Amino acid sequence: MKLHTFRVGGVHVKEYKITAEIATTSAPIPKQAVFPLSQHIGAPAKPVVKKGDKVKVGTLLAEAGGIVSAPIHSSVSGTVTKIGTTIDASGYRKPAIYINVEGDEWEDDIDRSQTLETLVNHPELTPEYIVESIKKAGITGMGGAGFPTFIKLVPPPTAKAECIILNGVECEPYITSDYRLMMEHADEILIGLDLLMKAAKVEKGYIGIEENKPKAIALFEEKTAMDSRIQIVPLAKKYPQGGEKQLVDAVIRRQVPAPPGIPVNVGAIVQNVGTAFAVYEAVMKNKPLFERYTTVTGKKVAHPGNFLVRMGTPFAEMINFCGGLPKGDNKVIAGGPMMGKAVVSLDVPVCKGTNSITVLTDEDARRKAPQPCIRCGKCVEVCPMGLEPYLLATLSVFGEWERAEAEKITSCVSCGSCQFTCPAHRPILDNIFLGKDKVMGIIKSRNKKNDE
Amino acid sequence: MTNYFVIAVVVLVFIALIASIILYAASKKFAVKEDPRILQVQALLPGANCGGCGFAGCSGMAEALVKGADAGTIEGLKCPVGRNGVMSQIADMLGVSLAQSESMIAVVRCNGTCMLRPQVALYDGLHTCAAMNAASMGESGCGYGCLGCGDCTEACQFDALHLNSETGLPEVDEKKCTSCGACVKVCPRHIIELRKKGPKGHRVYVCCMNKDKGNIARKACNAACIGCGKCEKVCEFEAITVADNLAYIDYDKCSMCTKCVDECPSGAIVKVNFPIYKKEAKV
Repeated sequence: MKLHTFRVGGVHVKEYKITAEIATTSAPIPKQAVFPLSQHIGAPAKPVVKKGDKVKVGTLLAEAGGIVSAPIHSSVSGTVTKIGTTIDASGYRKPAIYINVEGDEWEDDIDRSQTLETLVNHPELTPEYIVESIKKAGITGMGGAGFPTFIKLVPPPTAKAECIILNGVECEPYITSDYRLMMEHADEILIGLDLLMKAAKVEKGYIGIEENKPKAIALFEEKTAMDSRIQIVPLAKKYPQGGEKQLVDAVIRRQVPAPPGIPVNVGAIVQNVGTAFAVYEAVMKNKPLFERYTTVTGKKVAHPGNFLVRMGTPFAEMINFCGGLPKGDNKVIAGGPMMGKAVVSLDVPVCKGTNSITVLTDEDARRKAPQPCIRCGKCVEVCPMGLEPYLLATLSVFGEWERAEAEKITSCVSCGSCQFTCPAHRPILDNIFLGKDKVMGIIKSRNKKNDE
Repeated sequence: MTNYFVIAVVVLVFIALIASIILYAASKKFAVKEDPRILQVQALLPGANCGGCGFAGCSGMAEALVKGADAGTIEGLKCPVGRNGVMSQIADMLGVSLAQSESMIAVVRCNGTCMLRPQVALYDGLHTCAAMNAASMGESGCGYGCLGCGDCTEACQFDALHLNSETGLPEVDEKKCTSCGACVKVCPRHIIELRKKGPKGHRVYVCCMNKDKGNIARKACNAACIGCGKCEKVCEFEAITVADNLAYIDYDKCSMCTKCVDECPSGAIVKVNFPIYKKEAKV
């Protein structure tokens, strides 16, 4: 059988999934937890606690700061020591809440039992209640980008959702947190999918899983054999299949229109499997999002593994727990090596979107000296959005913003396939990234002007 | 044979006549009346087309000047390259009055040299300030200071900005700087400011942009403004304000007494071009 995949571009990256068969364990609770106020796309959250307040696990620390925003809950019990700043994955200092940990006392209304609550047992749950629970639990996309989940479930009136696509692709090298979650909590994920489908009022659910996870595919196919609404779609291995536009194309063969087009314009809502799990816990167990599955990995890391990590744990503690930083220079990345962001300090805490802490050796991380472009066209071939990366990069260098906009620079999903494949090691994505930022700014100010 | 020549010449002359009549009529009918003063003003302007005046080039500025002169005033229009000399010539030519304005100069507001600002990370990406700024706070622990990739020196058309290889910071050549503002626009951290040149080139300014709290700023850089407010207190002219943990000196109120320079515990306030007194030199 020919496996589905997205139709344009894509690259084959080596997997390095060294932690794939290591069962998840709980990471130690840190001594001090740090909660950045902007862990999601949109407005930063507004703190509702002040210095000296006692908090428990699950206590609301900060409420949503706007329509596109998400609340933040404490993952530890203890005392708020200060509301200061911390370096987050963006590489800059951002406002954050510091909590000194004392004991491990949970809020009473969180159901800590392991019993499985299915939707069949709770027919009283309405779509509105589910969306409200997701909103209240502060769930954002767990795949990395961190878009507040409840907004995706309530599409704009011009679009109609037809299906939910769960993203179990995990196409980035090294990362295995989603795979472990799928192997260990398949039932919860399926109930989460059920809840998402009910919330979005759709009758069809897909789960896209890449062929390099045959056990996960078999497990889910077995569990959904009796459920005609849910279809497991094994996908051919190709990066960046985990991008939502690529996944929609691969699973339901529809192309998401160029920005501001979103998947729901073609009837699909894409959610990560981790998000589905978080939705299950939020709705059925009344547990807000404060811990997540994270992989700590790297070729030279002594004890890599998959961990259930309390958010706010500094990277340094996680890496020390896994045997410390290897000798020499290292590149520590929040996320995977393709799209993750290198951090400038190990004080960066684990946030809602931190699916992996990847430690690359200096040798692997070093860039090679760029050489002149020979117009080989490889970047054009691999671009999953069908763009011309070499051209966009050049336009950005020379500041040709109008032409860059006409060449659809804003469609770039920053997957880095172009730079990965470039035989001349040119910094294509760096340039496109700058140009995209600039063009987005120009479009934004123009729209503002037009509105006035 | 000759007949052919004659015919050809006659036909061509006829066509030329008709064409010239059409062209003459068109040039009369569609003539664009350009104010001759625009060309004259443009000849007076330096012709650097640097855009420092806010227009696309010198011709745009010349048009704006003539338009302004017709309206009665050319206040607010200023050629930073030509400065007062050129501006007063233009004002004389256009017959309008113009107050002398003080000349400006680009000032780099970061003193975080390699010695004072320890490196905490290694950046390996695209070697421009813009890319580094987008990626993270840079190689030092300061998220506000100079990145040292030289976007400003690239932007300078007048060869007035150079990176000092020892300190890693850009330095302004006072003789060459025309205060066109190209470097101000291109700096992603907004470190470069156009300040008034000051009498005899004397200037006092806060050489730091760090808005972090004192302890964090100090950890990242030994020359950082820690927002302690000592300068604010010592200033007799209310020229200094501290906002967001950062001091700023208002040029118009500053009397160049340099008390704040002596008071600043981290050396973030600097004075330039002041004569070195014997007493100080000894120390």
